[in-house]
Amino acid sequence: MHIPDGFIDVQTSAIFAGLAAAGVATALKGARTQLDEKTAPLAGLTAVFIFAVQMLNFPVAAGTSGHLIGGALAAILVGPWAAILALTIVLLMQAFLFADGGLTALGASTFNMSIVGVWVGYGAFLLVRKILPKRKASIPLAAAIGGFVSVPMAAISFTVQYAMGATATYSTSTVLGAMVGTHILIGIGEGLITGLTVSAVIASRSDLVYGWKNNNQKLEIRHA
Amino acid sequence: MPNNRKFYIAGFVVSLFLAGVVSFYASSSPDGLEKVAEDIGFIETAKENTNADVVLSDYGTKGVDNERASVGIAGVVGVLGTAVVAGVAFKLIARKPQKAKN
Repeated sequence: MHIPDGFIDVQTSAIFAGLAAAGVATALKGARTQLDEKTAPLAGLTAVFIFAVQMLNFPVAAGTSGHLIGGALAAILVGPWAAILALTIVLLMQAFLFADGGLTALGASTFNMSIVGVWVGYGAFLLVRKILPKRKASIPLAAAIGGFVSVPMAAISFTVQYAMGATATYSTSTVLGAMVGTHILIGIGEGLITGLTVSAVIASRSDLVYGWKNNNQKLEIRHA
Repeated sequence: MPNNRKFYIAGFVVSLFLAGVVSFYASSSPDGLEKVAEDIGFIETAKENTNADVVLSDYGTKGVDNERASVGIAGVVGVLGTAVVAGVAFKLIARKPQKAKN
């Protein structure tokens, strides 16, 4: 869902660059208090892994492919603040090193995939986790659903940008229908990859998974 | 706790393998946004990427004709580059102020 240059006009691009910058700045603040020497390397590895998996486009329908965004995955592994930073680093690398995604649209792309992708994915994960039994086995399922939901929401976010400042004149409702329809399919892939990855990490090192640790902490007895 | 290093090395090697080898088998069909833009027609408003001349543009390595090597090199460079940038960034972010020590 990397937006090329030209789709969105300069004004709208600037607005979303500002929103993305505010989101990243807040994440920077949050990550500063949340990360420590033990969790920082996992945040780095998460960025690396997401970069790698984003290269793996899978076919979803005739002549269409999709790839992982990774917002939910990153948030569940390292928490939403570090996740936003990890995704933003990946998007920067892709734009500057690989010309993937236009530079003028970088703010809009970051807003959709990094800010919306992470918060929607993580929010949905938290909701599902609350409903499911408090067991390790519930985490990958909640993660998969978080991943699934995040993709069509990012597609809707793009459609909002299109409605606000498309240089083309095709109707917004046409774009909305096509974007959501296609990205529900891609979201299934996102959900599968997110669930499988979280389940692999939880099986080997559940102590490293933010979305599981942070579930347990609520059960701890805290001494005043 | 003691196996952190092992875990990180394993994750890094998996990432190198995915970006360096598996990426060759990735679908080259347009992605969701691109396909929607083609079908509806607003793909025509896309401008050429201002950065299109970069050596690794579109996950290929300029001057390397072998496809497998071309995408593989791009993937490995991307993984290493992301590791350096993210590694340094998160290390700096996680550094706590030293004042509490004395």
